[in-house]
Amino acid sequence: MKGLLPDRRSQAGAVFLLAMLAAVLLLPLLLGQDPNLTDRGAGFWAPPGGEHLLGTDEVGRDILARLLYGGRISLLVGFASAALSALIGIPLGLLAGYKGRGWEFWIMRGCDVIQAFPNLILVLCLVSLLGPSVWNLILVMGGFGWPSIARLVYGSTLAVKGRAYVEAARALGASDGEILLRTILPNVVAPVWASLPMKVGRAILWESSLSFLGVGLRTPQASWGNLMNGALELATLTGRPWAWVPPGLCIVGTVLALLLVGEGLRKGLNPRRA
Amino acid sequence: MKQLTRRSLSAIPVFFGITLLVFFMMNMAPATIADAAGAGEASSAAMRTALEAELGFDKPLPLRYLSWLGDLLRGDLGTSYRTGQSVSGMIAQRMGPSLLLTGTGVLAAVVLGVPLGILAAWKPGSGWKRLAGGLTLFSFSAPGFFLSLLSIDLFSVKLGWLPAAGMYSAGVSGSGSDLLRHLLLPAGVVCLGSLGNLIRQTQSALGEVLSEDYIRTARAKGLGEGAVVWKHGFRSALIPVLTTVLNHIPHFIGGSMVVERIFGWPGMGSLLFTSVNSRDYTVIMGVTVVVALAVLGMSLLMDLVYRLVDPAVTWGGVP
Repeated sequence: MKGLLPDRRSQAGAVFLLAMLAAVLLLPLLLGQDPNLTDRGAGFWAPPGGEHLLGTDEVGRDILARLLYGGRISLLVGFASAALSALIGIPLGLLAGYKGRGWEFWIMRGCDVIQAFPNLILVLCLVSLLGPSVWNLILVMGGFGWPSIARLVYGSTLAVKGRAYVEAARALGASDGEILLRTILPNVVAPVWASLPMKVGRAILWESSLSFLGVGLRTPQASWGNLMNGALELATLTGRPWAWVPPGLCIVGTVLALLLVGEGLRKGLNPRRA
Repeated sequence: MKQLTRRSLSAIPVFFGITLLVFFMMNMAPATIADAAGAGEASSAAMRTALEAELGFDKPLPLRYLSWLGDLLRGDLGTSYRTGQSVSGMIAQRMGPSLLLTGTGVLAAVVLGVPLGILAAWKPGSGWKRLAGGLTLFSFSAPGFFLSLLSIDLFSVKLGWLPAAGMYSAGVSGSGSDLLRHLLLPAGVVCLGSLGNLIRQTQSALGEVLSEDYIRTARAKGLGEGAVVWKHGFRSALIPVLTTVLNHIPHFIGGSMVVERIFGWPGMGSLLFTSVNSRDYTVIMGVTVVVALAVLGMSLLMDLVYRLVDPAVTWGGVP
């Protein structure tokens, strides 16, 4: 932990992330509130206090429970789509860098094509076609998030493939696959690890932006973004800050923590660090 | 010259890639298009076939792609299923407000972010660096829609200083000061969203340059600090800063679309979100393909200018 995250800030970020993860996974069990149950006794838009720590929403559901269950979904979407991007981007970047020629040309042109689209627009288009479900969001954000990772891996592979130890492996009779997996891969993944937290954060931001605007995940499925949807009405925006400020702070805090962890990893994984 | 042509030619597969991807996405939708067009009434199988023939869905796929591409190159993006207007006309109408909002926001971010980045790289031990670092993290982690809500709550509702929606107040269309008042909040949010990238890019580009040997030489021969940083440092750092600004344009556009939607700004972002809600696929795909092609054109132009300005840049390898 000390080696990977050398400074205070990144350690604090990691602690915050773990605490957030623990909260969304364990707190619902302790509180025992159903995020989809209308509490007729408390009514609509009950203020915070008593049984409902953050009050109830426009149909009488417990906001805290929705915040926690929504956090599960937002974190799941963030981590799963970043993982999918890495799973696609690393092999493509390796192939483009190592094989060169046609591989390089077509894979890099693929990156150009995808990166010409503003990410949010591409995700919005595809989600509007496929339907807004958690898995579709992950599929689309992960499936089109690979170019930045592929470019990173491609750049490092180009730099590494002429090194003596790669030549040595080839002279010892290693096949292309063995060289890629055993010799090159371990030397090019460090920047990918450092960039992944940022990717997770971006995915969380996109998902919440789309869900907030009503074109991503929709109620009854809770997510941090669509919990804030009510704030588009003036009465909620000004009169019930407890309904939309907490999810907003959860997003900012989580993304900030991810950024700090990413910065720490960048330093910690750099072998030339003083 | 030969290399110039080669760089331009490499944009051709990307152009076809972009158009094919959008065309492919449009074709995932035909059933829903026929449904949407016949919505409200019971669309019989016969009506559906007639509609699909009218829209050209009975022809083979490659032919349809070619005719769509031909239309696209002539500036014809089809007609909206919702309003019946031509899509290119609708986009042209929305282009101005979008450029105004994104342009103002990004310009403000340049004006704030570049000097801050310079100060942070120049004086690494100072408060400037901490300020720059803090603003960068804030800009990267705060979602635009949350900032929009907070600013509307504070400046429009609680303080009552600035309007929360639209481009003009009712009845005063065309007044410059009214437009400015409406522009201030959304442009401020766009500015905060792009600020982080600008600070970080300026800071790292200048930081790299300042550690070069020729800077040490300039200092060693007794040149003043200001002259070292401005004449030698900033000049060499300018080009990488410029390219990263332009490379982040797709990112900026995506961000300002969300802001447009919340502030009711009548730009392409609002158009896109309305079209998604009414499943108006021709408009969605029209906006998408126009934005992507604009990004492609801009990056090509930038690359060419970049290489003309800086003779030291090599042509091979760089993607």
